[in-house]
Amino acid sequence: MTEEKDGKKYTTISIPTPLADKIKKRIEGTGFTSLSSYVTYVLREVISGMEEDSEEAFSKEDEEKVKDRLRALGYLD
Amino acid sequence: MPKPHGGKLVNRLVKKDVSDIKELPKIEINTNLAEDITNIAKGVFSPLEGFLCNNDLENIVKEKRLMDDTPWTIPILLDFNNEEIKEGETILLSNKENGVLALVDIDEIYTYDKKTLAQEIYRTKDTNHPGVANINNMKQNLLGGKITLLDCKTREFDEYNLSPKETRFLFKEKGWKEIVAFQTRNPPHIGHEYVQKTALTFVDGVFINPIIGKKKTGDFRDEVILASYETLMKHYYLKERAVMSILRTSMKYAGPREAIHHAIMRKNFGCTHFIVGRDHAGVGNYYGPYDAHDIFSEFPDLGIIPVFFRSFSRCTKCNSVVNDKICPHDQKYHINFSGKKIREILNNGEIPSEDMMRKEVAETILKFDKPFIE
Repeated sequence: MTEEKDGKKYTTISIPTPLADKIKKRIEGTGFTSLSSYVTYVLREVISGMEEDSEEAFSKEDEEKVKDRLRALGYLD
Repeated sequence: MPKPHGGKLVNRLVKKDVSDIKELPKIEINTNLAEDITNIAKGVFSPLEGFLCNNDLENIVKEKRLMDDTPWTIPILLDFNNEEIKEGETILLSNKENGVLALVDIDEIYTYDKKTLAQEIYRTKDTNHPGVANINNMKQNLLGGKITLLDCKTREFDEYNLSPKETRFLFKEKGWKEIVAFQTRNPPHIGHEYVQKTALTFVDGVFINPIIGKKKTGDFRDEVILASYETLMKHYYLKERAVMSILRTSMKYAGPREAIHHAIMRKNFGCTHFIVGRDHAGVGNYYGPYDAHDIFSEFPDLGIIPVFFRSFSRCTKCNSVVNDKICPHDQKYHINFSGKKIREILNNGEIPSEDMMRKEVAETILKFDKPFIE
């Protein structure tokens, strides 16, 4: 279910009540103002470690040119 | 090495003959926008592939994130006045220095509220703030859409201008896994060296990344900054542990939001750590001294580790450079590294004390007839 609050869009996720209670206790006195803000924080942290990487390599010719530049700067031998 | 921000290093550079597209509608842009285009095209602003559309802008303003939840704090906007251009068109962007520079495929044309934008990004509507003044000078229309950089003309200092793809290659070649980035706009004094070397102690290499571009009267010239760092690195750094590359971008003075933006750019260059000092990217008294530290707690998914430094100074009792976490002595024993004072001494043609600046660095600066912008 998606809902809008203060112009922001939210969706509802179900987690076991005992877990929710444990989290509520854990976040007491921390900067987290709600169970949702804590769960959002944790999920963002977890998901960022799963980002896909699709780095393109240099062509052989370009690689040589880059190496020459870096050697000229004294950064590669 | 961290993945590029958003997972992919953007490349929007296409060498193309402009003769067959020169009839397209054209917008003249300023140097700052031309630099934004180059930074988008070369992946410095990854994952952005163009100028922001309204939904991304609104989300950045409210949430400090793009619509897809990727952290992003500084809007990259293209303002214009030409009322004849329309959504769906492709137009040319040209600049006095570069001529025809880029194409933009217009996805959206929209307007925005300057006061809201200023308040949310700069936390003030005060027009004395240079960022707010900049917003007030912007045109009322914005356009969003992907850009294609057509050509990169060779410019001064380009030998030091490495793209994120090149720095990532360099770090791999050097076998560096953890790299700390240091941003600067000034020649190095002893305090800067202390901060860089303290951070470097725990990683494989330091990436010194001076911001080059528009400066104000009294600032050091770009060539002076580069020469002074070359001297420092030659005499006081291990060759295999330090590299320098310039970054052409304008300072926004958005304090905490800009600290996140600066970290994102360095992540794209392949750095794992980013040094954040006191009042990073601040101006006047618009931000608290450590607001730029605190904001990082909002971004567990940033993908680059901030290295926070509070104040540092020379303690005459410790007889070394110290910070507020390690020195127990009273303030009366502390000499602050005053950039203003060092500038004054150099401006008189004198060499500052070695407590403040390396003699070789000072001599390098004084070799220039006019080290400062007049």
